[in-house]
Amino acid sequence: MSGESTPGAGSRRELPVMSGHIEVPSWRLLLTLGIAGALAGLLIVFVYQATQPRIQAYKALQLRLAVSEVLASPARWDTLYVHDGALVLTPPADVDAGSLEMVFLGYREDGSRVGYAIQGAEAGFQDIIELIFGYNAETNTVLGMKVLANKETPGLGDKIVKDSAFVAEFAGPETPLTGVKSTRATGAANEVDMITGATISSRAVINIINHQLERLGPMLNAYLQEAN
Amino acid sequence: MPKQTTPSQDLTRGIWRENPVLIQMLGLCPALAVTNTVVNSLAMGLATFFVLFCSSLLVAAFKKVIPHEVRITTYILIIATFVTIADMLLEAIVPEVHKALGAFIALIVVNCMILGRQEAFSSKNTVPRALLDATGTGIGFIIALFLMGGVREVLGYGSFLGFPILGANYEPWIVFILPPGGFLTIGFILLALNWWERRKAERSKSDVPGAVAVERAA
Amino acid sequence: MGNVAWIFISAMVVNNFTLAYFLGLCPFMGVSGRVDTALKMGAANIFVLTVASVCAWFLNTFILPYAPFLRLISFIVVIASTVQITEMAIKKLSPALFRALGIYLPLITTNCAILFMAISQTNRGYNFVEGLFFAFGAGAGLTLALVLMASIREDLVFAKVPAIAKGNAIVFIIAGILSLAFMGFAGLLSA
Repeated sequence: MSGESTPGAGSRRELPVMSGHIEVPSWRLLLTLGIAGALAGLLIVFVYQATQPRIQAYKALQLRLAVSEVLASPARWDTLYVHDGALVLTPPADVDAGSLEMVFLGYREDGSRVGYAIQGAEAGFQDIIELIFGYNAETNTVLGMKVLANKETPGLGDKIVKDSAFVAEFAGPETPLTGVKSTRATGAANEVDMITGATISSRAVINIINHQLERLGPMLNAYLQEAN
Repeated sequence: MPKQTTPSQDLTRGIWRENPVLIQMLGLCPALAVTNTVVNSLAMGLATFFVLFCSSLLVAAFKKVIPHEVRITTYILIIATFVTIADMLLEAIVPEVHKALGAFIALIVVNCMILGRQEAFSSKNTVPRALLDATGTGIGFIIALFLMGGVREVLGYGSFLGFPILGANYEPWIVFILPPGGFLTIGFILLALNWWERRKAERSKSDVPGAVAVERAA
Repeated sequence: MGNVAWIFISAMVVNNFTLAYFLGLCPFMGVSGRVDTALKMGAANIFVLTVASVCAWFLNTFILPYAPFLRLISFIVVIASTVQITEMAIKKLSPALFRALGIYLPLITTNCAILFMAISQTNRGYNFVEGLFFAFGAGAGLTLALVLMASIREDLVFAKVPAIAKGNAIVFIIAGILSLAFMGFAGLLSA
């Protein structure tokens, strides 16, 4: 290996010396690791500062697009935080806003409310499905649904993203939703036609929405009542 | 152990003859996991190339001050630093690809190929030679991934780099973009390589009567 | 409770670390046709995975919120240390096992499965218990894949493998078929 504690000996290119080599003092080992670690840390911090603005901007853009899509392009929206069993516009100062679950309340140009945009994630057929959906708490209807991340089988389960007819099923049904196979539809207001050959993925989407509404429903209504 | 090699050998041996993925069987994890499209394969190949190049540069430059006892830890520290940087750069520049590659970018740090090159070559050679070696190995890695990705995307999606090339009537062989397809693709590529090697050996055997044919041990 | 059951089953068979995520391929390809070695390798992996999961949870909860960009480095250092300690412990407690595992033990450090488990646990926001079940499931899945491959290779010795397929080629094709078989587990424990 290279010359260690014998300066001036030049670099040795022979077999690495394992036994019988001169002992390197421990402080030197620690110093090397320490300096290397410090330099590494500095470099990482530098690149981190340089790239974070772009990364955050992209994430914010994606969220904006998603909220806009499921609430049919509202003029603006409030970001509400779930804290202590209620929705709040501004979390208390001692709580990190980034760690709280977020719900968005959209408004039209004229100031009337469009509805809530709520995110949810649960296990689908292959792995976790993440989605965002729009919900009108006053009429108990789902306004739209957009799958944000999924690992379902391409060509089958991923139709929850690619089948526009399925996505369109989520514009208007009443809650709680029930999934039905299209041949057995009875025309009830809360029915959603599931994708043939991908019933488990379809049902997972429906369950995510139902479970989120079960949990958040009271908070959503309470917030609206307070606002009125 | 390091035999005297010429600079051009340092550059070229990693590209095909000692290809890190197909011959040395290193770096298999990313080679199979993210090669379901050509774009992902190239992105992973380039990210790994970046990490390998920068790590080799630093290891060769500082080999004289890194004590033998802590060399592996230091190499891993250097490699992990560049992987973190590559991860952040990918997320900032091509967020869609970054999402597709996911956790596998971080796994570059445990790609035995990179640590292996540091231990076997960069720590014992000058900076320029180490960079040649890193370039050759990196190119070989990209070629192997490109080959895997090309086969899997064409058969599994009917497209190449996102452009449909097999026409609308092609029913994609979905299995190739799923995990079994990764195993089968590399298996068949190895079959092809083995067949080619045997043919070459038989040809040289028949060309020179009485010569001993050296068959690559299978 | 249903959640941890899904996490375990998913990590073990539905999204098997080796056959679905291509992790731990070095020991998987290199495992000899000996089922008992495969079992021991799997057990060592389960232990390292569990310890790594706990350490990752500690790091994520108490230290990394202040420096998220140091996640990769701290994980890899923890994993390397865990493997070192495991090696010393096995050497002391069971020298026979230590000899049997040989080179495979230090190789667990570069086993992408451990690092992937730690990173996935972080990305999915698992708590302490969920992380443990995830690590167990991952380890069980790795062991399952290793044992299956080892038993097939034990029998492969007696089969007539074509010359061009000898070596890694046939192993990959077998792995592909195993992976196909495991795809059948998808949907287990789902709605």
